[in-house]
Amino acid sequence: MLDISAAEWTAILLSLRVAVIATLVATPFGIALAWLLARKDFWGKSMLDALVHLPLVLPPVVTGYLLLLTFGRRGLVGAFLADYLGIVFAFRWTGAALACGVMAFPLLVRPMRLSIEAIDRRLEQAAETLGAAPWKVFFTVTLPLALPGVLAGMVLGFAKAIGEFGATITFVSNIPGETQTISSAIYSLIQTPDGDAAAGRLVIVSIVLAIGALIAAEWFARRATARLHGN
Amino acid sequence: MLRVDVEKQLGEFSLHATFTSEGRVTGLFGASGAGKSSLINMIAGLVHPDRGTIVIDGETVDDTAAGIHVPTYRRRIGYVFQDARLFPHLSVAQNLDYGRRMNRLPSDPAQHRRIIDLLDIGALQDRRPGKLSGGERQRVALGRALLSRPRLLLLDEPLGALDEGRKLEILPYLVRLRDEANVPMVYVSHDVAELRQLATQIVMLKQGRVTSFGGVKVLS
Repeated sequence: MLDISAAEWTAILLSLRVAVIATLVATPFGIALAWLLARKDFWGKSMLDALVHLPLVLPPVVTGYLLLLTFGRRGLVGAFLADYLGIVFAFRWTGAALACGVMAFPLLVRPMRLSIEAIDRRLEQAAETLGAAPWKVFFTVTLPLALPGVLAGMVLGFAKAIGEFGATITFVSNIPGETQTISSAIYSLIQTPDGDAAAGRLVIVSIVLAIGALIAAEWFARRATARLHGN
Repeated sequence: MLRVDVEKQLGEFSLHATFTSEGRVTGLFGASGAGKSSLINMIAGLVHPDRGTIVIDGETVDDTAAGIHVPTYRRRIGYVFQDARLFPHLSVAQNLDYGRRMNRLPSDPAQHRRIIDLLDIGALQDRRPGKLSGGERQRVALGRALLSRPRLLLLDEPLGALDEGRKLEILPYLVRLRDEANVPMVYVSHDVAELRQLATQIVMLKQGRVTSFGGVKVLS
C-alpha cells in the first residue's frame, strides 16, 4: 500500500539501526543508574539526577552542539577516542546513535527507576537470609522483578531514539546513507519542491512506530503490576 | 547452641539482652515493642548490634570489639517471616529450591521429599505464590528456609498474620518440625499458648531487657 522508495528504505533502516544500537548500549548504563538513584543516597545525587534529565529540557540543538564539542574530531573526548581507539563519532551513523542514546536516556531510565523503587525490599532481605550474596540478590530477585519496567524503559527509549532530530542533525549533519534518519529525511523532503508524497510516507512510518512503542510500553507496565502481585 | 550478648540503641529505646540457649526451640517472648524483632534481626545479621557478641554453633558471627560482622548470606540461617515473603516471580518449586541454588549445595532428593511431605506442600509445587492461601504461603516459607539447610532456624511470629483457624492448621506442622527436622529454632511470639506448645526454653523480654529465662514454666 505504501510505495516506499529505495532512498526512503535507507533512511528507515538507518533509523532502526541507530535506535536499536542506542537503546542496547544505553540499557546497561540505564539499569545501573536507575538502581543507583532508586537505592543509594550519596553526595551529589540530585545533581546527577538533574544531569540525566538535562537532555529532556535543553534545546536539542544545544545538546547536539555540546556533543560536537565533546565528541567531535577535535573534541576533548572525540580526539582521544579517534587517535587511540579508532572510534569516530563525527558525521558517522555511530554519532547519530550516540546523540539518540543521550536524548533517549532520561526516558529510558525513568521507568526502570520507578520499577526498582516499587520492589518490596523485604524480598531482597529474604533472599539474603537464604544465602544469596548481594550481586546474586540483584540478578535473581531485583532485576527479574524490575524486568517489565526495564523493558518499558527500553521501548520508550527506542521510540525517542527513532524520532530524534535536533541533536542528531546538529552533531552528525544530514548525510544520506550515513546519518540521514527518518526525521532528517522528512526535514530534507519538505524543503524540496516535490518531496511531499515521500515525506508523507515517512510520516506514516513514524506514526506507526511511535504508536507501536506506546502500546508495547503499556503492555509491559501491565505485566509489571501482575508480576509484583505474584500472578 | 546460641549465645547472645548484645546492646543496641534505637532512638529512645535501648535493647540489652544476654542469654545462652541449648534448647531445640528457644522462645523469645514479650509484648510488642519489647525488642523481640530487633533481637532476632541481629541474630540474622540484618541489624548490627552497637556492642556485643553473637555466637551460633561455636562460630562468632558478631563481635563488635573484634570488628567481626558476618553478613547475613554467610550465616547459614533460615528465616521465616511473619509475611512469608515468597518470591512472586518464581513458582513454589523454584522458591523451595532457591536457598540450595544460592548456597551451591548438591541436591538431596530424599531430604527434599521429606520436608515437602512433612509440610504437605507437594501439591502446590507448580503454583505461583499469589495463588496460595495465607497458611499455604507460610508452609512454603518454612520449607524454603529448611531446604537451604540452615544450622539455625529463625521464626518471627510466623503465625502472626493468620487468623485463629489457620494458626491451628499450621501449629501441628511446627511441632513436627521441632521433633523431626533436627534444626534448632528461635521462635518469636507474644502468644503464650503458642510458645507453651512449641518452645523448650523461654527468653522473656520486657522493654529491651531479659527479665527471665528458663523452661516453659516461666510463662506462667
